[in-house]
Amino acid sequence: MTSKKYDLVIQNGRVIDSALGFGRDAHVFIKDGKIAMIEADSAPIRQEMRSLDDEQIVDATGKLVVPGLVDIHVHLREPGREDEETVESGCRAAAAGGFTSICCMPNTTPRIDNQETVEFVQDRARNAAARVYVVGAITKGLEGKELAEIGDLVQMGAVAISDDGYYVRNAEMMRRALEYARMFDIPVMQHSEDQQLSEGGIMNESFESTRLGLRGSPSVAEEVAVLRDIALCRMTGGRLHIQHITTRGAVQAVRQAKKEGVKVTAEATPHHMVLSDTEIGKEFNTNLRVNPPLRTETDRVAVIEGLVDGTIDCIASDHAPHSAEEKDCEFDQAPPGMIGLETTLGLIKTHLIDKGYLSWADAIRKMTVNPARILNLPVGTLEAGTVADITIIDPEKKWTVKANKFHSRSSNSPYIGRRLTCQVFKTILGGKVVYER
Amino acid sequence: MSRLSSRHLLGLEGTSRQDIEAILETADTFREVLDRTIKKVPTLRGITVVNLFYEPSTRTRISFELAEKRLSADTVSFSPSTSSVKKGESLRDTLQNIEAMKIDMVVVRHSSPGVPYFLTRFSDANIINAGDGAHEHPTQALLDMHTIYKKYGKLDGLRVVLIGDAAHSRVLRSNIWGLKTMGASVAICGPATLLPYEVEKFGCDIYTNLDEALDGADVVNVMRIQLERQHAGLFPSQREYTRLFGVNKDRLKRLRRNYTIMHPGPINRGVEITSDVADGAKSVILDQVTNGQAVRMAVLYLLRGRDDEGGVS
Repeated sequence: MTSKKYDLVIQNGRVIDSALGFGRDAHVFIKDGKIAMIEADSAPIRQEMRSLDDEQIVDATGKLVVPGLVDIHVHLREPGREDEETVESGCRAAAAGGFTSICCMPNTTPRIDNQETVEFVQDRARNAAARVYVVGAITKGLEGKELAEIGDLVQMGAVAISDDGYYVRNAEMMRRALEYARMFDIPVMQHSEDQQLSEGGIMNESFESTRLGLRGSPSVAEEVAVLRDIALCRMTGGRLHIQHITTRGAVQAVRQAKKEGVKVTAEATPHHMVLSDTEIGKEFNTNLRVNPPLRTETDRVAVIEGLVDGTIDCIASDHAPHSAEEKDCEFDQAPPGMIGLETTLGLIKTHLIDKGYLSWADAIRKMTVNPARILNLPVGTLEAGTVADITIIDPEKKWTVKANKFHSRSSNSPYIGRRLTCQVFKTILGGKVVYER
Repeated sequence: MSRLSSRHLLGLEGTSRQDIEAILETADTFREVLDRTIKKVPTLRGITVVNLFYEPSTRTRISFELAEKRLSADTVSFSPSTSSVKKGESLRDTLQNIEAMKIDMVVVRHSSPGVPYFLTRFSDANIINAGDGAHEHPTQALLDMHTIYKKYGKLDGLRVVLIGDAAHSRVLRSNIWGLKTMGASVAICGPATLLPYEVEKFGCDIYTNLDEALDGADVVNVMRIQLERQHAGLFPSQREYTRLFGVNKDRLKRLRRNYTIMHPGPINRGVEITSDVADGAKSVILDQVTNGQAVRMAVLYLLRGRDDEGGVS
């Protein structure tokens, strides 16, 4: 063998691939942008590595080597709000957070509800630091009145449909969306919120909203929406994906539906598992205003339990950049949303793995193979022959979240100043290092 | 140097008994100043106070302005309808510009809960909350407590019933925190649709039947009902509200002999309270207004006043 056989070799890392079901010390060999092989240490392998040049080797001693992380819920804001984020900056943030594949939501301006806009985003993403998969709209203009040209969207490469930010209020429309999307085997991703029940809600409706005098959005607004859609999903045989699930009742509804064999999947965000509504009154930090809102401690624990027992399939950041000007205001005037791509991994390690809720293998499953399977993405594994999208993680590295260190164009994070454990060491996309610390 | 444990008065939640007592006691002294021929002391001479009233207000605004003037402060009042807010200037920019003019204290009224906290993040001034949305209105609750204290000589052990729109009333929230800290027992009464979620967690008795709520009460504090709540579907009609929750003479017999009727104003006469009760012998509604002056002078003094300028002795 000669050194030219491989473009890159990641040596001495702890390799975790939840798709293949292993976690072991091994070397990962990359050739032509793909995984060539993963081999445990041995005399012949050591011999082989001696023939490599230094620049071909990444030493991952003490690090975790995992498939590039997949985030199925990201807002890139382009087109329309390039001051908050662009496809390029969002992908840099993704790479810095260890994500090599991200799915962008269609609530841009204009909406991603036609082929041209899908193509525009794909064009922007061509040389970006992460793969961008586009989620198209369920309805034209996200208005909930007419189905978008879903077939066209899929033909152009959309991997799912969602009216994220808006709930498809008309049950008949949702029924037809589930039926129609079934033809393309794509899920309908639903922002589950009965917006009549939640109208005017600034935070979760609980004693906290009562105490603070802020108008509440009740958890039942989410539960009513989830229960309706599960019924429609059961009827149509379509695939329903519940976005950013947050309440105990909604988790229970999905758990029950899965037992019955309904084709429903769900995602949860780190912030709904780390923070609860009691944080808001401490200083009315507008970065804590999100939609769905931060819920109660009971809900927070229920979401973690749902993640642990498999009711919730994956972790998604719901990365939602907003400009400092928009967030630097009265709490109830601020737009909802926080950024998340660059803090997700640290939060999951610090708050879920270190606290014993998830093993590394489980966490990686929820951030790689599971989201990839929901959307039929050809990523999320290190299987030989697949694209070499790899994240190398320094699991015990401690760091402090700082506003001026974000790669995102926005810095609306409530975690600024927090100490987290675990940081990305290198992110490799198609065999090339796109981020390194 | 604040004589209270905080340099701001943002709300009564978390405000200590010691601080509340200090304010009530100091208000007593200022109450005497208000009875003098010349109702002015030099305690805040050289101090500039800005009144930032983003919401319409008559009595709170005038009360603060007079309190400031009677302490010899220099005052500036601001209203959004005649300011750059009309041109789209942000709250932060507005305050930072005002602060650049070297001000010392800010009294703020705003429809958004938390705005006084927001201001503390980038202002060196002492901030006084004059009402933030449905969150808190601490000086109103302090003047309510001062009025009750003046009548009974205590707050401990009294039963106070707060009637009306608990969901949207900042006066009610501040009263709950303050009264409970001072040892009073607090009951809340109103239509179920105006009782906010998990209201029982305030640690008060909750009623939807007014007659039951009034049984054995010492103090009845009637909150104003806003007509837009009816239009939002939170109760069917004013007529029905008045029948179920209106305080009238017939209902007063359920109270203790030495009862007190209060209302923070403005009053919807004939809706939440009848005129004969509002103007009756047991009503202290106008005393509340006078005491409000004294309480606000006390708060301003305790946060910033100087004894060497004459103080309040």
